[in-house]
Amino acid sequence: MRPFTTLTAIAAPMPAANVDTDKIIPARFLKTIKRSGLGQHLFDGLRYGANGAEAPDFVLNREPYRRAEILIAHDNFGCGSSREHAAWALLDFGIRCVIAPSFADIFHANALKNGVLPVALPRAVCDALMADAALGENARITVDLERQVVIRPTGEEISFAVDPMRRRFLLEGLDDIGQTLQHETAITAFEAKRATDRPWWPTIAGV
Amino acid sequence: MTQPQTLLDKLWDAHVVETLPGGAAILYIDRHLVHEVTSPQAFEGLRASGRKVRRPDCTIAVADHNVSTAPGRVGAEADGVIQLQTLEANVAEFDVPYIPIDDPRQGIVHVIGPEQGISLPGMTIVCGDSHTSTHGALGALAFGIGTSEVEHVLATQTLIQAKPKAMRITVNGRLERGVSAKDLALHIIAEIGAAGGAGSVIEYAGEAVRALDMAGRMTLCNMSIEAGARAGLVAPDDTTFAYCRGRPFAPRGEAFEAAVAYWRTLVTDAHAAFDREVAIEAADVAPMVTWGTSPDLGAPINGGVPFEVSADQERALDYMALQPGQAVAGSAIDVVFIGSCTNGRIEDIRAVADIAAGRKVAPGVRALVVPGSGLVKAQAEAEGLDQVLIGAGFEWREAGCSMCLGMNPDKLTAGQRCAATSNRNFEGRQGPGGRTHLMSPAMAAAAAVTGRITDVRTLEPVAAPARRTEYA
Repeated sequence: MRPFTTLTAIAAPMPAANVDTDKIIPARFLKTIKRSGLGQHLFDGLRYGANGAEAPDFVLNREPYRRAEILIAHDNFGCGSSREHAAWALLDFGIRCVIAPSFADIFHANALKNGVLPVALPRAVCDALMADAALGENARITVDLERQVVIRPTGEEISFAVDPMRRRFLLEGLDDIGQTLQHETAITAFEAKRATDRPWWPTIAGV
Repeated sequence: MTQPQTLLDKLWDAHVVETLPGGAAILYIDRHLVHEVTSPQAFEGLRASGRKVRRPDCTIAVADHNVSTAPGRVGAEADGVIQLQTLEANVAEFDVPYIPIDDPRQGIVHVIGPEQGISLPGMTIVCGDSHTSTHGALGALAFGIGTSEVEHVLATQTLIQAKPKAMRITVNGRLERGVSAKDLALHIIAEIGAAGGAGSVIEYAGEAVRALDMAGRMTLCNMSIEAGARAGLVAPDDTTFAYCRGRPFAPRGEAFEAAVAYWRTLVTDAHAAFDREVAIEAADVAPMVTWGTSPDLGAPINGGVPFEVSADQERALDYMALQPGQAVAGSAIDVVFIGSCTNGRIEDIRAVADIAAGRKVAPGVRALVVPGSGLVKAQAEAEGLDQVLIGAGFEWREAGCSMCLGMNPDKLTAGQRCAATSNRNFEGRQGPGGRTHLMSPAMAAAAAVTGRITDVRTLEPVAAPARRTEYA
């Protein structure tokens, strides 16, 4: 995983709640066997008209937000399907951080595993940051994971919470599997104890 | 005296391999269900790092999302076929048990898990699909995961998880006739909101939940994710044990009795503390229909869209071509979709056949019935339900996810209005520009035969229906 340390970037405002993963990446684009290349279909239904042309009003089709690396939205961002393609599509487009009052659980986990930082801040703060973002090109927002602060273009710092383990994984670019495999002895012990304590516990060999 | 525990506490504690600094746990996973859409990149990750599947004997794969459900499986889309072939190559390479597409047991992963006794009480069950919450109906801790986590489970048979909060929804009294588990689910979601269960596992309790059959409990738990919850749970009871007994992969004989003895301990203790409790009166639940583009935007069939709406709701109404204050009943529909992991079980198809018997699909309406598995299909055919449905003008299809999610040939076209028994009414969910109204199987059947969103309880009786079942 690409580490996430500090990001200073253009932020795109998306003042909508319940931005679901079908909206982020419709299911018809999930028929890929790769992680890459999904950025072109990010927000497909909103970004393109029926004829395939860009919808001029959609935020990511406008300057400077075409180059946005931060997205700001309202409550329950990423609800719906478990598709990690939503995180991959954001990342492939260039979004490294989503700021919203709350996130759906599975999206939140998927984002963290791909170096996309979900930052939860109160609705009023998100609205203030959207107002900053509306200022355009020069209104860069900084997200500093080391110090756990978002820095507004005015220089005002807003601190945010992040799970300490996830913070470390992001800063160092660690992946979960490598970490878990350091506990392999404990996993094997768990399996052995299960077999002794509950010998009836079935497997599904021989389907 | 030990601290009273919730069912979630008991399931959680029984699966903690190790607690990590900071409180997250390495959680052991008993069953990993794998399908064609969210697994290719996970297997690719294993291959790239030279890892194996740790427990193929706890893993099962099946293709369901983008298979063709047309009779004879004709018309599969080329990119979907590549995913199917990739799954078949991966299960062969990594030695993962697989139910092939032409096997009579093939079907939607969340239908076949319980049906085969692969999903059982007391287990942790995961799948790269949010509707894994379905299996919580058995009293299992079951939740959806992303592809990175699929790879993690394949490699380690565990997940790193923070313990969710415990929420209990108690449904007092009995559901009225004509009101189903789907209506209860939509009622609850409208009540607590699309993020009402965020960060939580919802345990469903109370007389109305106890009275549900397993299919109803699965429908209820399935929709937990639409309230933002990680999972749904119903404590296992005699209904559960009777359902599990004799399933192909359930324990047998003395082993089954030993299992039941353990499963009986999987109940929330008296006085156990929940992070949040909600009470629902079953008598308040009516047949529900969604009018917006989030599952919490629903109303009883005799209700309507609110007169005052938020900016988000205004956008939803614009998309759905509805007005503030409009009644939910009466809208003309183009398509009826009956099926999905929410409502694709034999009980659902019986409910539809009950309405279809002696009636016809309204002119101009396309109505699909898609069984949740090959075995559901076979059971329906053994009961003659397929003939009732075909005779009434419904399409009788092969098993799969079909029109729930618009990633196989079954899609709405822009502007089409659909009465759907599935789980999501998001913009474009069933196809770009498609308009989805979520409802129960009986309500969808009533929409099919009248051509409009209709209260199933008000249908005129017809002479000599072919068969009759009681509503849950």
